[in-house]
Amino acid sequence: MTDTSRHEHSDGSPYAPHTPDQTEEMLAAVGVESEADLFDVPAEVRFDGDLGIESRSERELRAELSETFAKNQNITEFLGRDHHSHYVPSLVDDLSRRSEFLTSYTQYQPEITQGFLQALFEYQSLLVELTGLPVANCSMYDAATGLGEAARLAGRVRQASGTTVLIPEILHENKRGVLENYIDGTDLEIRTYPMDDGNVDLDALADLAGEETVMVYAENPTVRGTIEERLTEIGEIADEADALFCLGTDVVALGLLEVPERVGADVVVGEADALGLPTAYGMGLGIFATRETFLRQVPGRLVGASEDAAGKRAFTLTLQTREQHIRKERATSNICTNQAWVALRTAMHIAYLGPDGLVDLAGQCVREAESLSDSLSDLRGVKAPVHDRHHFREFLARTDQPAPAIARDLEASGFAVHVVDDHLLQVCVTDVNAAETEALVEAFEEAL
Amino acid sequence: MNYDQARYGDEDRYEPLLSEKDTTSVDVVGRSPTSNQNSSSSGDVGETSPLPDDLTRDSLELPGLSEPELARHYTRLSQMNWSVESGPYPLGSCTMKYNPSFTEDVAADPKGAVHPDRSDGTIQGTLELLYDLQDYLARIGGMDAVTLQPPAGAAGEFTGILVAKAYHEANDDEERSEVIVPASAHGTNFASAAMAGYDVVELPSGEDGRVDLDALDAAVSEETAALMLTNPNTVGVFERDIEEIADIVHDAGGLLYYDGANLNALLGQARPGDMGFDVMHYNVHKTFATPHGGGGPGAGPVGVTEELAEFLPSPQVREREGHYELYEPDRSIGKVHGYQGNWLVLVKAYAYIARLGDSGLKDASAKAVLNANYLASQIDYEIPYGPFHHEFAATAGDRDAADVAKRMLDYGVHPPTTKWPELVPEAMLTEPTEAESLDSLNDLAAAFDSAMADSDEELESAPSKTTAGRIDQATAARNPRLSWRALGEEE
Repeated sequence: MTDTSRHEHSDGSPYAPHTPDQTEEMLAAVGVESEADLFDVPAEVRFDGDLGIESRSERELRAELSETFAKNQNITEFLGRDHHSHYVPSLVDDLSRRSEFLTSYTQYQPEITQGFLQALFEYQSLLVELTGLPVANCSMYDAATGLGEAARLAGRVRQASGTTVLIPEILHENKRGVLENYIDGTDLEIRTYPMDDGNVDLDALADLAGEETVMVYAENPTVRGTIEERLTEIGEIADEADALFCLGTDVVALGLLEVPERVGADVVVGEADALGLPTAYGMGLGIFATRETFLRQVPGRLVGASEDAAGKRAFTLTLQTREQHIRKERATSNICTNQAWVALRTAMHIAYLGPDGLVDLAGQCVREAESLSDSLSDLRGVKAPVHDRHHFREFLARTDQPAPAIARDLEASGFAVHVVDDHLLQVCVTDVNAAETEALVEAFEEAL
Repeated sequence: MNYDQARYGDEDRYEPLLSEKDTTSVDVVGRSPTSNQNSSSSGDVGETSPLPDDLTRDSLELPGLSEPELARHYTRLSQMNWSVESGPYPLGSCTMKYNPSFTEDVAADPKGAVHPDRSDGTIQGTLELLYDLQDYLARIGGMDAVTLQPPAGAAGEFTGILVAKAYHEANDDEERSEVIVPASAHGTNFASAAMAGYDVVELPSGEDGRVDLDALDAAVSEETAALMLTNPNTVGVFERDIEEIADIVHDAGGLLYYDGANLNALLGQARPGDMGFDVMHYNVHKTFATPHGGGGPGAGPVGVTEELAEFLPSPQVREREGHYELYEPDRSIGKVHGYQGNWLVLVKAYAYIARLGDSGLKDASAKAVLNANYLASQIDYEIPYGPFHHEFAATAGDRDAADVAKRMLDYGVHPPTTKWPELVPEAMLTEPTEAESLDSLNDLAAAFDSAMADSDEELESAPSKTTAGRIDQATAARNPRLSWRALGEEE
């Protein structure tokens, strides 16, 4: 038995349905002799060589990729730092892979794409409930690009007064890198404010924020997992400087931590990939929510409710005059293709959890981190957590021994943690690795 | 074809929202659940809050449906949605071709989907696939180096332009402040160039729909950083003068950027690198059949010539004596995505390219071009420019292209892209792709012609067989209601 389809034996694409007879019939209808005659490409730039890519059957490719991925070591990841993994229920995989969702595209004809439009409207609505802000778009690429877009929005709405974006000195280096590129073509510049034992140093921030500040960015939880205790004050400092307060967070944390709108956030960005997506090597889903005032400055796509000819409620993409296919270089952003399918998955996952499930999952992120840091701190030569704060999912551990060597030993025992510097490790625990914390502590003890 | 799309719901609305089926509020402070009257939630008391009250929200209100209810809700929504597997989806410039099922299975392998901060030595499989995909894309584009990081086509444009900018800056050529974009180009070209801080110079099209060389001559100057070009362009026409275009831009000291949106017309037939392009992006979700997922994720890898390789985003993957590792190119522009881009899409692209190989890729383009030409020959529409490749811009003439499109929905096909490019009045930009069979193309042609033969009244009242009737988009924009909370406040 082979896995060949009826086109396997030909030389062509297995996904082009043409039989040789049909090809001939079509060429005749067009009035040319061969397919080559259809290509209006000058001989000088024709490609006559081989690409050197060998065609494989489906079965061969499955075997090949399975073998390739088997080269990845089987390691329990206690890794986080802006990219978090939670168990994704089968329901999400199963329903999101229905081909009517998966193989569709942007809803340019809303009458025939109500299903996806409604799912995205529901995603936006869930984000509105979680952030408290009235406007959420239906996705950015990830938290880092969302932050970049937020800074650009701040620059636009405060065009005449200032150029400084204030960010914490402790911020994921990748996020800062993306932000730098997103503001590369503007007058904006980045300045950092210091942190105090893992949280924002309010006095220092107040000193730095001034007329030239267009945006103050803070995170809750921070990249080190600490829960910010004085968000309202940060919002007030931003307000006094007449700057936007942009809060970075994630979709699980929003289930438990203080509502961004309540602490004065003007924009919320962050990751929603923690729900709905497997680890996926850093693939993300960016949240972007804001106040009504900035509605027409929002980047990305928005789904709105309207009515159809029969007066029934129906959904459509809306406010497209912000978008690049209409406004070209004056668009709010260049984002076109977004992460709609991931947003669908995340909405499914949130709906699956419901309010109880989401609060419990978020609570688990606090409890497991506290419990694991306590256990590690009981080991000789380890202090955890380093910051005297509440933590969400992750925390720092200070080690007397060099941290890189401990991480290497842990890796040899089948565990991955982050090395932050010579004597600092960062450990992240969620529902997916919680069952292995005891084994991690044992491996830690051996590594010391 | 007789077509009726699924509809659910009552007389005021289609399938109810999650929130209309159930809303449950749980207290976070104190942690005791309360439900509204239509709640079906069991109201289990969760654990007490692990944090002091001042750090948490007071309560959380969300839908609280059971799993079977959710399964039914999302299944119904899916049945109210059109996809490539529902029928023809000939959106011009979007390349909605069949997405093979097996690529989903290989991409879903959890062994490949590791955390992005794992050490190189422990994820050799993941790095090997990325390295091989970089290599495949470089071969297909005729480029020397490829980054996989940009998470979408427009993100690829932005990345490519930043790379071009870094190149000019490295050559002490920082005064270049303009990017030239043909008027008919994708809107993202303009937006991406502007995002990178460039002034956009719009280039009018020539009478044959191609770049007018005299106009290009007049547009280039020592201010020119780059020309962004789609080839075949957005009316499906190949820029035959590409070598002269490249010379003009290069002589002025600018770089030539290739917008890969229409690459499906050229696989194995011609390569941007051979045409003189210095930098390009690939829309792997289009060309390499990775599902578009209702609007994303896509991926927009960027290919460059050797001179530009040191500016690519970090990290890149390289191979040394059989060992794969990440590294930062010498003068990297840094990051354009928080991590390494859209992994799942990249795996699917790899699997698709490997499935087709040389002969399959070449045949895919040949059949895509054949299908476009065949369909065009079968419809009674004027097509102003030609000869065209994989897509053509028909005009609805004195009819409203948007109305014709709505009517086509009733014939069980998805209509083409309408009213774009603006170069063609009442444009219907049609790209059937290689995946449509002869029968399906004939159905499409019948839908085109039937819609055009219908009365104004029939066109204006269409569609009638889709889930929703004609939707009032003006009201949606004038009175934006963007969440169920906004709908609730209104009632």
